[in-house]
Amino acid sequence: MENMHKSLDPRITRANLDLEEQIDPLNELDQFQTYEVFHQKKRGQQHVHVGIVHAPNADMALLYAKEQYARRGVTSNLWVVPSSCVTATEYFDEDIFATTAEKIYRDPATYKVMDRIQAFKERQAQKS
Amino acid sequence: MDFFNESHVRAAKELLYKMADDQLIIGHRNSEWTGLGPILEEDIAFSSMAQDKIGQSEHLYALLHELGESDPDTVAFTRNAHQFHCCQLVEYPIGEYDFSLMRHFFFDMAELIRFDMLRNSSYEGLANIAKKYKGEIKYHSMHANTWVQQLGKGNEESNGRLQLQLDTYWNHALGIFEPGPHENILIDAGIFEGEAALQKNWLEAVIPLLEKADLQVPDTSKWSPVYGGRTGIHTAYLQPLLDEMTEVYSIDPSADW
Repeated sequence: MENMHKSLDPRITRANLDLEEQIDPLNELDQFQTYEVFHQKKRGQQHVHVGIVHAPNADMALLYAKEQYARRGVTSNLWVVPSSCVTATEYFDEDIFATTAEKIYRDPATYKVMDRIQAFKERQAQKS
Repeated sequence: MDFFNESHVRAAKELLYKMADDQLIIGHRNSEWTGLGPILEEDIAFSSMAQDKIGQSEHLYALLHELGESDPDTVAFTRNAHQFHCCQLVEYPIGEYDFSLMRHFFFDMAELIRFDMLRNSSYEGLANIAKKYKGEIKYHSMHANTWVQQLGKGNEESNGRLQLQLDTYWNHALGIFEPGPHENILIDAGIFEGEAALQKNWLEAVIPLLEKADLQVPDTSKWSPVYGGRTGIHTAYLQPLLDEMTEVYSIDPSADW
């Protein structure tokens, strides 16, 4: 009885755990599959990926997605998609995303158009 | 609501006490799964619903306070078991997950229907609570039913375990609907349609869902509701729960949290 675990948590004490007892580790892969969760704040907006849940099927995945990812804040809709349905690039190929320095013309931030927008707005203002 | 007379206040208090006590006790019981749930996601979901229940009970205790009872903390934390009006179903220890799920299904289906009936109550404060928690309770019953369908149609073991809990606690579930001494006053004043109507609606909702999950409802000849909880007659499990729940509060009841 000296080995009985006395805890501040009464649930643990109730469990009468014997600390000397060997605890069998879980079998590997003793897990449900994962579902990717997509969260939509308001109708019409994009669903945004927020994380995963473990679940045996889509119905249960939706139940869990609601509590894990929609408990706080505003939610209008959730999607769950089996992670196995996702096709992804290889990290090995990450270099395909590298962009070279001289291609900055593809970056809209480098367009110098504010003066032309300003001039357009002034013309519109004069017309009205 | 502008109560017509004292008898309406008495009847409303009786209704509020049993609803609030049910929620507080099942909320506390279900919170005992926190950290011990079958998987992380379920642990979080079950704990979150337990918290919801305690929040709902606080709101109902606040209504009682408006009707002249002590403040919610005093009411929740200073009464003994025989002063509680919860049904016996909610007092039982959490047992294994099959029992906790079956109780969750029985109780939350009843709560879903009770709150739906109260949306049109002539007692405005109560009708507002029923509307406010509609979504929360809908999720709770959805969670319960999804699990029951999963396990009912799962395999022989999962179906068998649920069936055993259903058989063992069916009469306790019927005890939720123990009629109170003021049923007719509640009905006549339009406060609540009464426990008999609630039980009828519950049976109509629950039986098809259980059958869909390949579970059998006991033959009506075996129905024998477990009453007593509403009048302060409880199992031996309630007082230890209260002792544990109030342990911190009792150290210093005047402490401001």
